[in-house]
Amino acid sequence: MAETAAHAARPAHVEEHTSTGLPNTKLAMWLFLGSECLLFGALITTYVLYRGASQTGPYPSDVFDIPYTSVSSFVLLASSVTMVLALTAAEKHDHVRMRLWLLATAFLGMTFVGGQVYEFTHFYREGLSLSTNLFGTTFFVLTGFHGVHVTVGILMLLSLVGMSSTNRLPDDPAFPVEMVGLYWHFVDVVWIVIFTVVYLIPNAPPK
Amino acid sequence: MSEHDTFREEIGEEGLADPRETGRPHRPHPSAKEYIRIGMILAVLTSLEVWTSYSGLPHGLMITFLWVMSAIKFSLVALWFMHLRFDDPRYSRFFMLGLVGACVLYLLVLLSFRVFAR
Repeated sequence: MAETAAHAARPAHVEEHTSTGLPNTKLAMWLFLGSECLLFGALITTYVLYRGASQTGPYPSDVFDIPYTSVSSFVLLASSVTMVLALTAAEKHDHVRMRLWLLATAFLGMTFVGGQVYEFTHFYREGLSLSTNLFGTTFFVLTGFHGVHVTVGILMLLSLVGMSSTNRLPDDPAFPVEMVGLYWHFVDVVWIVIFTVVYLIPNAPPK
Repeated sequence: MSEHDTFREEIGEEGLADPRETGRPHRPHPSAKEYIRIGMILAVLTSLEVWTSYSGLPHGLMITFLWVMSAIKFSLVALWFMHLRFDDPRYSRFFMLGLVGACVLYLLVLLSFRVFAR
């Protein structure tokens, strides 16, 4: 009898143990993002290191379309706004609005990735491939890695929507949405740096 | 002083307890209006970046402007959208560990290859 009562009183979701005073999942996410800085730092450094070192074309000025990439940047920035609006809805336990904003974020992410696929295809037709020259190698590896990260983020967003639709998220969905949001915003800040280093700085006129 | 005492001193008494029990104080997250305002600032800064790249400013000045605007955008997203301004400062420290570590390490690599002297 007492055992039955104790079982009934047990919370449905067992809280994790933490010895730091911080949720382990969030701490792990920030550590992971810190390590991602090193990964993207290496790729960006490699791009900068070999910039202007290609012996044959096409060169960045031959293939880059700054207005087109600027639109892609606006799309990714807008997705960060929709992501935080999803979190705001999640904090208010408004599951319907949360799913809508998550879907909007995923849609904007897909638009960005679609734009990147189109850009890669266009560059390939212009004669730039992974093995054409140093610019091609460093450019495709850097932006390709970023594109893969965006794609993983889209899958995470769609998983959240699916879990919310089938009531597999906790009553307070803010925490999982915040975790996915951290990853998504990190992908955005990485693009902020890539957009400047790769696209805008090479566009500057020579000395 | 034992290892446990050192750890306790580093993270504080409150840090050893469950945050859900202590209700560790942190500032509330921004409202939807604030998020949209930050989004608009980011859009304006991006427009300024693109304009700067076509502006015909001297090369060094242009690169400085682009880096400054990029750093502002990075900070706005990290501080407001990723809540580093509002959450426990230890999250910032973990992130800065990776970020500053990466910047220092790769700056040294670029300096050793004399990239900035080209």
